[in-house]
Amino acid sequence: MSAAGRLLALLALGCAATANAATTGWPLAKAHTDVGSLASLQRGARNFVNYCLGCHSLQYMRYSQLADDLALTEKELRDNLMFTGERVYDPMRSAMPAEKARVWFGNAPPDLSLIARSRGVDYVYTFLKSFYADPSRPTGANNALLANTVMPNVLAVRQGEQLPRYEDRRGADGKSAPHLVALEPGAPGEMTAGEFDGFVRDTVAFLEYVSEPAKAERKALGVWVILFLLMFTGFAYLLYKEYWKDVK
Amino acid sequence: MAEKAAAAGPGKLAALVEWIDARFPMTKMWKEQAAEYYAPKNFNVWYYFGSLALLVLVLQIVTGIFLTMSYKPSATDAFGSVEYIMRDVEWGWLIRYLHSTGASAFFILVYLHMFRALLYGSHRRPRELLWIFGVLIYLALMAEAFFGYLLPWGNMSYWGAQVIVSLFGSFPVIGDALVEWIRGDYFISDITLNRFFALHVVALPLVLIFLVVAHLLALHEVGSNNPDGIEIKQVKGPDGHPADGIPFHPYYTVKDLFGVGVFLVLFAAVVFFAPEMGGLFLEAPNFEPANPLLTPEHIAPVWYFTPYYAMLRAVPAFAGTQVWGVLVMFAAILLLFFLPWLDRAPVKSIRYRGPVYKAALMLFAATFIMLGYCGLKPAVEPFKTMSVAGTIYYFVFFLAMPWYTRIDSHKPEPTRVTM
Repeated sequence: MSAAGRLLALLALGCAATANAATTGWPLAKAHTDVGSLASLQRGARNFVNYCLGCHSLQYMRYSQLADDLALTEKELRDNLMFTGERVYDPMRSAMPAEKARVWFGNAPPDLSLIARSRGVDYVYTFLKSFYADPSRPTGANNALLANTVMPNVLAVRQGEQLPRYEDRRGADGKSAPHLVALEPGAPGEMTAGEFDGFVRDTVAFLEYVSEPAKAERKALGVWVILFLLMFTGFAYLLYKEYWKDVK
Repeated sequence: MAEKAAAAGPGKLAALVEWIDARFPMTKMWKEQAAEYYAPKNFNVWYYFGSLALLVLVLQIVTGIFLTMSYKPSATDAFGSVEYIMRDVEWGWLIRYLHSTGASAFFILVYLHMFRALLYGSHRRPRELLWIFGVLIYLALMAEAFFGYLLPWGNMSYWGAQVIVSLFGSFPVIGDALVEWIRGDYFISDITLNRFFALHVVALPLVLIFLVVAHLLALHEVGSNNPDGIEIKQVKGPDGHPADGIPFHPYYTVKDLFGVGVFLVLFAAVVFFAPEMGGLFLEAPNFEPANPLLTPEHIAPVWYFTPYYAMLRAVPAFAGTQVWGVLVMFAAILLLFFLPWLDRAPVKSIRYRGPVYKAALMLFAATFIMLGYCGLKPAVEPFKTMSVAGTIYYFVFFLAMPWYTRIDSHKPEPTRVTM
C-alpha cells in the first residue's frame, strides 16, 4: 500500500495516532473567564510570570504590549513582571533551554502564546485543576485530563493535594479494570478551593488575552462599526426606495 | 457619470470625456454595461448574491495585498508571520479576519447564487455558457481556497493539504509520481508552501478575475434571467427597450447598495464578534504550528469542502484501491457543467414548475447541507450511512433530471414579469 493509500485508510477510520500523553474523556469545566477585567488579567499575568514562565514561553507576546494593554507603567512592569535581563520590547521567553528541557522532561514545554485558542480556555482551566498524586509517575503527579503528562504539578502548594478515586468498570473487552472517576481533596494547600479556582481562572484569562491581544479592541470597535453600517444601510434603503418609487 | 458630464455642455470635463472616448470606449462601455443595460424589474432577494460575491472578491484581493506585505511564505517563518500580523502590524488583526471571514463568506454567497440558478432556471438556454463560466469560477475558487488554507502553516493547514494532495495518489500507476510533482517534495514542505503561495496570490486570482469578467460579459450579452424565468427581450416598449426592463444603473446599483449594507452588517458581526465562527471559519488546531509528527485528532477540511469530503468517504474501497471515492467526488463537481442539458422542463422558473422538481430541489438542498455536516464529523455511524444516502441522492438528482423534469407537470408562464 502506498503512503497515500495508508493516509486515506487512516482518514477512513476518522482518527489518527497521537503522542503518548493522550487526552482522556475527562469532562471539561467551564472557565468563565472575563478578558474584559483588567484586574483579572493583571493577577493572571503575575501568576503566569511566577508559576509558568520558568518553563513556558509566550514567544509572540511582548512585555511592552502587555504593559500597554494591562495599563501598567514601565516601572510596574519591571518591578512585578520582569525578573531577568530582557528589554521591554522583548518577547516573553522562558529562560529554560529547550534542549535541556527535553532531557529533563522528555519533551520541551510548549509555547503557550496560543494555547487558549488551540485548546480552548475550558481545556486549560480543567487541565490546571486536574492534577492528582500518582507515585508511579516520575514527577509524583498525573493529570486526569491529559493522562501521563510530563508536566509536574507546580500549583500543588497552592491547591493542596488531590487524590484519585477509582472504580472498577467493565471495558469494551468485557474485563473489569479500575477507572479514574473523581478527584478528592487530600492535604490542604495555601488556598481554599474557591480561592484556587479564582487563581486558575485569572491565569487562564491572561492566556486567553495573550492568545489574541486584540480581542478587547475588536469587540469594542465592532459595536461602532455595526452601528455605522446599520445607519448606512438605513440611508441606502431610503435611496433605493426613492429611486424605485416610479418602477411599477 | 460620463453621461451627465457630457450633458453639462462643452465644459472642460466634457472635453476630456470626448478626448478619452475618441481613444477608448469609456462612455460606450459604461452605457452597455450599466446605464443602458436593461435588467428585469422583478429581481427578488435571490438576486443580491452575485453582486455581493463580486464585492467579496474585491475585498479578498485588497486584504490579500496587505497581508502579502507582512506574510512570509516559508516553513520556518509563515506561522510566526501570521501571529506578527495579528499582534504587531497596525490593524493587521482586522485585515486578517476580513480575509479569513471573506473566504467563508465568498462560498456562502456563491452557494446561494448557484442555488438561485436552480430555483429560476438561470442556467437554461440561452445562458448555458454563462453557467459554465460560473462553474469554472466555483472550481477556481475551490483551488484558491485550498492553496490559501496552507499558508498560515498551522497544523490543520498542514494535514488538510496532506490529505487533499494524497487524493491524487490514489490514481493507479501515475498516483505517487503525481503527488510528488504537486508537492515538489516527498512530503508537504517549504517547497510546497512556496508554490501554493505563488498559486494563491498570483495565478488563481488572475484566473478568477478573467473568469468573472467573462461571466459578466456573457451575462450582459444574453441579459439577466428573472424569478419568472421568461425572456424580457421578447416584449419591447415603444422606446425599443424591454418593456419589463429597467436600466441597471441607477436602479440596481442603488438596490445593490442596500444589499451591500445588509451583507456588511452580518459580515462585520462575524469579523468583530465571532471570527472563528465556533471553529468553522478558523479551526482550533490551526493555532498550533504545522507539525509533521503530530496528526490532529480529527482532520476535517474547512466547511465549504465538506459536502464533497463526505462523498469521498462514503465510497468504499474495492479492487484494492481508494480511487473510487476520489472519482465520485470529482464527478459530483463535473456534473454541474452538464446541468443546462440535463434539465428538460418546458419552463425555467420554480414558480411554474410542478411538484416533482420542487420536491427534488428542496431535497437536494437539504442533502447538500446534510453532506456538509457529515463531512465535518468523524466517519462513524450514523454519519456513514447518511453520507452514503446523501451521495446517492446527489447523483440521482442530476442523472434522473432529464426524466423527472419531462414527466413533471407545469403551469403556463406569463408573457410579462410579475413583481
